[in-house]
Amino acid sequence: MEKILVCIKRVIDYNVKIRVKPDESGVVTEGVKMSINPFDEIALEEALRIKENGDAVEVVIVSIGPDDSQQQLRTGLAMGADRAILIKHDGEIEPLTVAKALSEIVEDENPGLIMMGKQAIDDDSSQTGQILAQLCDIPQATFASKVSIQEEKATVVREIDQGLETLEIDLPAIITTDLRLNEPRYVKLPDIMKAKKKVLDVIESGELKTDFSSSIEVINVTPPPPRESGVMVNDVEELVVALKEKGLLS
Amino acid sequence: MTKILVIAEHFDGEILSATSKTVNCASQISESIDILVLGDDSAVASQATTIDAVSNVLSISNEAFGYPVSSIMAPVVAEISSEYDYILLPSSTFGKDLAPRISAILDVNQVTDIMSVEEPRIFKRPIYAGNAIQTIKIAEGKKVLGTVRTASFKELGNSNSANLIETEMPSVDIPSHTRFIKIESEKTERPDLQVASIVISGGRGVGSAENFELLYQLADKLGASVGASRAAVDAGFVPNDMQVGQTGKIIAPDLYFAIGISGAIQHIAGIKDAGTIVAVNKDADAPIFEIADIGIVADLFEFIPQLTSKLD
Repeated sequence: MEKILVCIKRVIDYNVKIRVKPDESGVVTEGVKMSINPFDEIALEEALRIKENGDAVEVVIVSIGPDDSQQQLRTGLAMGADRAILIKHDGEIEPLTVAKALSEIVEDENPGLIMMGKQAIDDDSSQTGQILAQLCDIPQATFASKVSIQEEKATVVREIDQGLETLEIDLPAIITTDLRLNEPRYVKLPDIMKAKKKVLDVIESGELKTDFSSSIEVINVTPPPPRESGVMVNDVEELVVALKEKGLLS
Repeated sequence: MTKILVIAEHFDGEILSATSKTVNCASQISESIDILVLGDDSAVASQATTIDAVSNVLSISNEAFGYPVSSIMAPVVAEISSEYDYILLPSSTFGKDLAPRISAILDVNQVTDIMSVEEPRIFKRPIYAGNAIQTIKIAEGKKVLGTVRTASFKELGNSNSANLIETEMPSVDIPSHTRFIKIESEKTERPDLQVASIVISGGRGVGSAENFELLYQLADKLGASVGASRAAVDAGFVPNDMQVGQTGKIIAPDLYFAIGISGAIQHIAGIKDAGTIVAVNKDADAPIFEIADIGIVADLFEFIPQLTSKLD
């Protein structure tokens, strides 16, 4: 195929402990390390491997978000993507809106394969890939743990609740990636320097046809209710007594 | 009255408990609940008629539904849902794969992982792997499309006899671009992780696939299911469908044993709703003890045989 489009999202780094803002309007992002959504990074790694295997010519990455998302796109370019597109938009965006905006990019770029993570680790929605697949009227293979490309089709192993499912899908298609698909490469300093020269196009969200309004209103964001503090027991005997007291063992 | 359509999840000829849990969520919104069963024979649909709180079970039998493929099911669900105000699916890999395609066809925003119903249009849902909870409101007049976090809702009773309505396949295009090849499932006599009332999970500390045998023996004494942390799965001790955690299965058993599991945020996200968490670790500083209800600092190779023999 000619081109793979990989969609990446800027999120709070997965190692950061999340803190909710005191006014409950969201989580604290100021001064917090941001990264490529780890599932998207896996998608990009897979796309690069497909290209390196000779099954694709170009890997294009796209992101929707604030201007600072350029940092994550530069990281993606340093990993080996050829070109990047940022749809600049401030504020929360629902997956349906993201998918509509991405569908406009898909129309322009006409990729043979679209890849992204199975979910973003901030809103955990797990929707964008599937919505985009339906909007483009193409097949999807979500939660992929193994991908192989053959000319006009792909064979994908999916991690589903019942086990490992294998699907065959015609291309173009969307594949969303799960954790076990691969281990993304580390970016080396010379690659970071090279990435600075690669093309990164910025489009204002207002230039697209997509309507960025939403019918979902976030009322508040709160910390999860804490679990009551537990007790320590010294041996199996005491454990069995404690469990019997709770009625959990007969 | 507000009409709710629940999309049934079934596998291997059995309606899964996720369906009943989704109906439970629906029952907190309205009394008018129908289930849609897409399958290749109507036998599975008749199982759904016993789920309490359900009015009608709509059954569409078609060979296209011999195996669930979202791009085939979504246009059918969208067509049938025109009569309904709410469409709810379980937030399993089945529901997560299917619901967004319905969102695209109907042009309605979807809510993922409903964990509680505050008001008919106000829901709570976990974000950041359950490290924060979002309360959201769906605008009046809009259709509500959501997936239900099944760990947050109990299974309903099975004493109902809802109407079974054989329903015509709507005339929609059935795409041929997606073909099911096979599924590999680990067959086990033990209860399913997501329904078991007791779950015993092992982590990296268990050390090997052979050592997991100790957990299986304990599990069989207790009628428990066996799970694992991501570290144990990545180390190849057990297959990945046993993984409990943010990227594996999210479960809510009455009793959970975390054995040789350090307690990474990722794992804890999968067990937050468990009734009682028992942590067994030889490292007294393991983070798992911070969230455990009962902790015991012990060598698991001594602990498990002792507990197993106590249960004789």
